Amino acid sequence: MLGIIGPNGSGKSTLLKIAAGVLAPLSGKILLGKDNIKSQPRRKIAGQLGYLPQNTSSMFDYRVEEVVALGRYPYLSGMGFLQKEDWQIVERCLEQTEIKIYRDRPISQLSGGERQRVWLASILAQEPQVLLLDEPTTGLDLHHQVAFFGLLEELAQDGMAIGVVTHDLNLAGQYCRELMLLRSGEKIISGLVGEVIQDDILAEVYQESLYVGRHPVNGKPIVLPVKK
Amino acid sequence: MQDLLSRSRWIRALLLYLLAALVVFCLAPWVGGESISAGQVVRDLTGDNTSWSTDTQILIYQRVPRVLLGFLVGGALAVVGSVLQVILRNPLAAPSTLGMTGAGSVGAVIAISIPHLAFSWGPFSSVQLFALLGSGVGLLFIYMLARQKQGMSMNTLLLAGVTIGILCSAIIPLIKYLANPDMLVAMDRWMMGGLDVVGYKELAALFPLLVPGVGMLLLQGVNLNHITLGEEMALGHGVNVAAVERISFLAGSLATAGAVSIVGPIFFVGLIVPHIIRRISGYDQRIVLPGAFLAGGAFLVLCDIIARTIVAPTEMPVGIITAILGGPFFILLLLRKK
Repeated sequence: MLGIIGPNGSGKSTLLKIAAGVLAPLSGKILLGKDNIKSQPRRKIAGQLGYLPQNTSSMFDYRVEEVVALGRYPYLSGMGFLQKEDWQIVERCLEQTEIKIYRDRPISQLSGGERQRVWLASILAQEPQVLLLDEPTTGLDLHHQVAFFGLLEELAQDGMAIGVVTHDLNLAGQYCRELMLLRSGEKIISGLVGEVIQDDILAEVYQESLYVGRHPVNGKPIVLPVKK
Repeated sequence: MQDLLSRSRWIRALLLYLLAALVVFCLAPWVGGESISAGQVVRDLTGDNTSWSTDTQILIYQRVPRVLLGFLVGGALAVVGSVLQVILRNPLAAPSTLGMTGAGSVGAVIAISIPHLAFSWGPFSSVQLFALLGSGVGLLFIYMLARQKQGMSMNTLLLAGVTIGILCSAIIPLIKYLANPDMLVAMDRWMMGGLDVVGYKELAALFPLLVPGVGMLLLQGVNLNHITLGEEMALGHGVNVAAVERISFLAGSLATAGAVSIVGPIFFVGLIVPHIIRRISGYDQRIVLPGAFLAGGAFLVLCDIIARTIVAPTEMPVGIITAILGGPFFILLLLRKK
């Protein structure tokens, strides 16, 4: 799991959008497998790459199960009705994200954390090998943040390549293997978590004195603000 | 109520709409200012005498094409409204939001103001052709404005469409002011919208634009479901959002322009029917679109029945009835929501 971090306006979301093929790069190209992402049909991309945009919201109040079922789009043709196998995959995604108990609820009745899982389940139903998420836990409480990243960790352990944009350096430090630090559209450093989360690097990028220490339980790096 | 993602449920829902529409469609031609004797019609149609009675002639040459026209136009307006409400993410969107209604009206009013211009080409009259021309100019203008590197901007589309509409509603009084006062009644009458056709000619004029437009829109159901989750989410799911939006804009404009050129501006059908269908059948656009077509068609036919019976032997423009019936009905719907 790769965490993309950096101050506001550093280009994290833009980088993720370009990687997902949502935005076209001004120069260079994005390879998905061996092929340029630009030359592939959206449907084919969606079967390999899942993208969760920031602040997703639905215009209509679909039920949870329906939103997840929409993720099967890359594999459907014609009117897009799901076959038995598709429903099995939907079922699996509902279980994986632990939202099966809400399956018949309208999404408006869920909490923010639960709804975020619904979007994730919908993207997992695409059966992607790569998952790109844009601030998936912003605005969620601690429990939901931990649960969401825990789920991503499981997926990464199962072999999925995950790129996640986040503001939360501590969450990133706990769950990501590697980090990429951006500032005003440029990569400052990328590498293993311990190599990126260092007080001199962060202090320079964030223009703020920060305390970088070790997590007392698992020794991973943690970042705390320092009051002047 | 919202379970429509299985084929059997979809077919069942569609059949119900079809049945309801068919009932309206079959009964509507028999109702009108002149009462028609069914027995006489059956005798005429099954017998071998070549000259039909007046009853049969009214039914076949006036009522049936009129019901067909009303059905197609009402259905088209409702489908366009449903699609626009999704791609523009705006529950107030309606066919007139695209600016085609206004632009077409300007064309038609210009044609009416110059009586020397009257001509016809195939099934089209000069008023229809000018209405189409006006819509075409409006469409090009809006497309140029809203076009961007990848696809179209839905925000600009909404703003440009509404602006064109306002602009046109200022141009129309200007034309009226400049025109020969004798033509004012004809213009006003046209602007009220009406289904008073004489035969099958107007129906033929619908086919080049309205039918392909509606056809293309009806195919977008699945894609539109994804677009309700936002453009980026739809893209992530694998939907070619730019193409869907462009097709929806072009097909919606074609269908609206086709309808306006023949019956004039008819409001409320395209705004209200989609809301009602979503109330009944949930949010799956695969049922909303055909449902809106069938219900919109039936609704306009019913309004037209009122229009041609309430003040018989003359008739009222159907646009007045749709607004007077539709407005309060819509408010009732909103009140019930609370």
